[in-house]
Amino acid sequence: MFILVFALVLAVLRSLPGPVFFPLRALAIVYADFFRGVPTILVIALLGFGAPGLGVSWMPTSTTFWGIVSLVLVYTAYVSEVYRAGIESVHPSQEAAARSLGLGRGQTLRHVVLPQAVRRVIPPLLNDFIGLQKDTALVGVLGAVEAFNQSQIDAAASFNFTPYVAAAALFVAITIPLARFTDWLLARDRRRQQAGRLA
Amino acid sequence: MTAALEIRDLHKSFGKLEVLQGIDLDVAEHEVVCLIGASGSGKSTLLRCVNLLEPIDAGRISVHGEEITARGVDVNRVRRRIGIVFQSFNLFPHMSVLRNVTLGPRKALGLSAADAERRGADLLDRFGLAEKRGEYPDRLSGGQQQRVAIVRALAMQPDLLLLDEVTSALDPELVAEVLGVIRELATAGMTMVIATHEMGFARDVAHRVCFLDAGRILEQGPPHEIFSAPREERTKQFLQRIVDAGRL
Repeated sequence: MFILVFALVLAVLRSLPGPVFFPLRALAIVYADFFRGVPTILVIALLGFGAPGLGVSWMPTSTTFWGIVSLVLVYTAYVSEVYRAGIESVHPSQEAAARSLGLGRGQTLRHVVLPQAVRRVIPPLLNDFIGLQKDTALVGVLGAVEAFNQSQIDAAASFNFTPYVAAAALFVAITIPLARFTDWLLARDRRRQQAGRLA
Repeated sequence: MTAALEIRDLHKSFGKLEVLQGIDLDVAEHEVVCLIGASGSGKSTLLRCVNLLEPIDAGRISVHGEEITARGVDVNRVRRRIGIVFQSFNLFPHMSVLRNVTLGPRKALGLSAADAERRGADLLDRFGLAEKRGEYPDRLSGGQQQRVAIVRALAMQPDLLLLDEVTSALDPELVAEVLGVIRELATAGMTMVIATHEMGFARDVAHRVCFLDAGRILEQGPPHEIFSAPREERTKQFLQRIVDAGRL
């Protein structure tokens, strides 16, 4: 959820025109470049070990918390790029049509550009969510107990590697339905467009 | 009486290309002016400048005496008074016909949903689109889409309507229904500036025809003069090409 909202804000920031918004645009670009460039596991290690290590009293020390924060930061960068692709895929003539009616820039973005952009990027967004779901395994390096970590513990305790199989099955049990859901959405979109063409 | 539209010495360039090289044009209230000329002569750019979709380089444009190209003018307020219909319809594909038509009145004019819908439904009814109000644009024919686009512009109750080659993207058999709508608007006294390649239509419906060539209005006058007795050599050549193509 956080990711969806932050990423959208970031993508909108980056689409703002004119020199006035240069600082915001630059900030959004730097953010996306940085968090897409640094390996996820490094961000997790940096925040998960680093942030509690700063010893700032009001900061949470929970590894789960920092693990989630890291994933949100990284995936916001990815997802914002997906949104941006969506926004840029909406033809400028759509914006011209909305502006010609006297709608402001914000209204145009809200009622005309974003609804079309978001519809178009739902399949790639779900793709990122499958990725995100898998990357939760990385949080394990912090010691937060997620599925992979739990299976390592179990395997070590019993000299039996079945727990890995169980963990893999768990991941697949979540990602496969998501993948099928994505396929279904794509197929539905195609059907609708064809219905439009036949009419 | 001030002119509905007054353009003085309008210049517009895209990079090195000077598209408009000093346009002067007055349009009176209830007047229908057709812009003719070859592709690239600046017809579309002129219309887009009037709607402030393109920033101009020099000159000024006034609507009902108010200079709309002055600094600090609220472009959104100006655009609410000037409707434009595009060659490629540009309907919003994610909205039903009725929502396409009511978006402007609701969001730009601040009408209540009920008022906007009443206005939209009345207009759709008037132009034979009543049953299509719930449909999505993709399911309509080109002619229907363009009529919806015209209704969308009309729903703002503009003082001035700009039509940018609105039949150029249509199959020949669909052109008539759209031209019919424009004829009706002309009869109803709508002030219109129409860029068109439909010479027969321009001859019938226009009060005045302007021939644009290389970013200038080379010749203008009542349609019978322009089409039967053009003074300029370039106009003659242009019209001859149209006649040769069997379009007049």
